[in-house]
Amino acid sequence: MSMNVIEATGLGKRYGSTWALRECTLAIPAGHVAALVGPNGAGKTTLLNLAVGLAEPSAGGVTVLGGLPPGSPAALDGIAFVAQDTPVYKNLSAADMLHLTRNLNRRFDQRYAEARLAELGIPLNRKAGKLSGGQQAQLALTLALARRPRLLVLDEPVAMLDPVARHDFMATVLAAAAAEKGEGELGGVSVVLSSHVLTELERVADYLILLSQGRVQVAGEVDDLLASHRMLTGPAAEADKYAERPVVHVRRGEAQAHLLVRATADDPVPPGWEAHPVGLEELTLAYLREPGAAALPGPGRGRHTQPSEVTQ
Amino acid sequence: MDIDKGIGKGRVGVSPAGAGGGDRSTAPSGRATAASPIEFRLDAASGVPTYLQLVHQVEHALRLGYLKLGDQLPKVRDVVASLAINPNTVLKAYKELETKGLTAGRPGQGTFIQATLSQVALPELTALRRSLLGWLGTADGAGLDEDGMVALFTSALRDFYERRSGSRTRGGAASGETEGVA
Repeated sequence: MSMNVIEATGLGKRYGSTWALRECTLAIPAGHVAALVGPNGAGKTTLLNLAVGLAEPSAGGVTVLGGLPPGSPAALDGIAFVAQDTPVYKNLSAADMLHLTRNLNRRFDQRYAEARLAELGIPLNRKAGKLSGGQQAQLALTLALARRPRLLVLDEPVAMLDPVARHDFMATVLAAAAAEKGEGELGGVSVVLSSHVLTELERVADYLILLSQGRVQVAGEVDDLLASHRMLTGPAAEADKYAERPVVHVRRGEAQAHLLVRATADDPVPPGWEAHPVGLEELTLAYLREPGAAALPGPGRGRHTQPSEVTQ
Repeated sequence: MDIDKGIGKGRVGVSPAGAGGGDRSTAPSGRATAASPIEFRLDAASGVPTYLQLVHQVEHALRLGYLKLGDQLPKVRDVVASLAINPNTVLKAYKELETKGLTAGRPGQGTFIQATLSQVALPELTALRRSLLGWLGTADGAGLDEDGMVALFTSALRDFYERRSGSRTRGGAASGETEGVA
């Protein structure tokens, strides 16, 4: 299980004179539901397009599924990609879409696709454009999963969906990731998805990649990230002095300050300060507000934000 | 809402043999009825990590007798499909329950209850619940609101255990309980 589903080294993509993605180095291990998070224009779609072979790098390189070049026949067989807003051909019926996808791919599980659409109550003769937004998304997802991929790549899959459709869509994705080998071991599809929806992140993802201004800012297993950060609350006057641990982000009132620091539960808390565990949403927001801070795998890679850079 | 449904199912009595016997889910997504007497729910606002919520719900169901020896926990895939949560979260919860000695995994079948937390039988629990309801009525009559009742009960509970176990702290009592189970 030590295979990386996506591995990038110094990867960059330039459109004209603008770098959409720059010096991107990361390795996403198999067996995870990895979330790619970042503000608009951070390079999420660019990174995904490079990984599935829809774009060519301007610098560096990227491989998929343990070293395959993106776009190669083996890579295309192993990866299913659902583009932004889960597009379908509006004038084709669901049955036509199945037929088309079956003929465009070397592997296609027709029985799974038909059974799944029946279960979802999607009529095969209905034109895709006449289906609800949630049903269109489920149709696109069903076509992707029927290809029996080893990696499922989803670009902003739920942004346009209502809460119930969003829940059902993610349930299908996660159930595919959970296909059990045996109890205690997962043998399902690896998932990489980009998303703006921070609130659902903690439930859904167990691996986080945070992109900011075209660069990887945070990458790692969610459990490790949460275990290595603490929120310290204490007197504002002492906030600047606190520099024993790298400070990621400071929120300061007249008297009281909150410091997100890189520290574990075992690290000592300075007198007069309280330490609390942080949630994934809080952690992600703090990093998004501090594009200069980073938390990357490997010792000593976490950058120490200078007090002068810290926001008031 | 979900847990009520699950509890209801448990009450009508899915026998341990029946629960362990067969996988009744035939649908390809595995979303059909699970062969477990309980169903999980999530409280996003509780601040409790998701895997711990699952652990607590199993312990709660064991204490109240909704889960019995030999009962099967919902299959990982079914939990994932009904709550839309990460499968590794469910595995983590089930591993934690196994570490506590409460459950055991059977290869190819699922996870089953192998120890119980409820020290008293269901009829006795019902009687205790009735006397507690009586106390709540009295407290309400005396003008205590819900927060007041919780505070009073929690403080009395702490006093009770402190008096009984002398120097034993609350943390010590909790780990003692786990040892007793294993």
